[in-house]
Amino acid sequence: MSDGPLQPGTPAPEFTLKREDGSDFTRADLIGNTTLLVFYPFAFSPVCTDQLGLYEEVLGDYLTKRGVSMYGVSCDASWSQTAFKEKLGVSIPQLSDFEPKGEVCRAFGVYHPGGFPQRALVIVDPDGIVGWSYQAPSPRELPGANLIFDGLDQLAARA
Amino acid sequence: MTELTSAPLPPLSAEDHLRGPADAPGVVVYGDFECPYCAAVAGKLEGVRLRVAFRHFPLRSSHPRAWAAASAAEAAALQGRFWEMHDLLFSDQGRLEDPHLWDRARALGLDLERFDADRRSPEVQAHIRRDFEAGVRGGIVTTPTLIAPAARYAGRIDAQVLEELSAAAD
Repeated sequence: MSDGPLQPGTPAPEFTLKREDGSDFTRADLIGNTTLLVFYPFAFSPVCTDQLGLYEEVLGDYLTKRGVSMYGVSCDASWSQTAFKEKLGVSIPQLSDFEPKGEVCRAFGVYHPGGFPQRALVIVDPDGIVGWSYQAPSPRELPGANLIFDGLDQLAARA
Repeated sequence: MTELTSAPLPPLSAEDHLRGPADAPGVVVYGDFECPYCAAVAGKLEGVRLRVAFRHFPLRSSHPRAWAAASAAEAAALQGRFWEMHDLLFSDQGRLEDPHLWDRARALGLDLERFDADRRSPEVQAHIRRDFEAGVRGGIVTTPTLIAPAARYAGRIDAQVLEELSAAAD
């Protein structure tokens, strides 16, 4: 199942991801906030490194002002995600889709047949509805931070 | 609220730092003074006949001194020595703390007091931020990124690519 990410207007599915402290992050945590889910293939792969570093720069100065919560999502174990985050010096909270592996990525339509998340961005509105989504043509290609802002604009235009 | 929605990269302006023969093919480098691949590209660009423009794209999370280094380059620019500082920064990326920046300013014979005031000034900070924001809007995601008329190159860049750009009719 990899038909591309859930399209705008689709309610986010029920799901359970693990936060770094081991607690659950579910659909209910999306309600009331605009949420950006950054699906990335692997912790410590060089391309992800650049992507989260760039998004961190954007998050600190811009996204929080717009009230957008950003999370990194991968199938890595939480320990790896935290180590990755510390190595990068980024503060973007991480959510783990480790067990059952990739279940949430599948539910969002972003599971790569190779067994890891596609490089995809999904913005969920405060009502839990997908407002915008994007999947990179290949996991090697980094979606620019500008695309996030284009997506937020589209979200605002529909509201 | 600054919007960072997609927009074409800005054309060259008086604000850009340019080096190389005026009639050579042009290339714009988006770079970060603490990024090792940027230093590698800067080295490879030496001796290649290109008209090079440098714009700032400092990523603070992985490179905590990148922004300070960019500020030092801009402060040097205000005393007419941008490229000299650019080269000194890239030549020794392990030494980017304030005393190291002062050492470089001294080596270039800059007015040190002015250099120190300028690098912290709102104008210098705004310049770096403008470069960064325009880069984000233009889809820059990593450093170095080279913008040539016909293509973009990012990450590790072969000397061969630079030779080809140099040989291309502009």
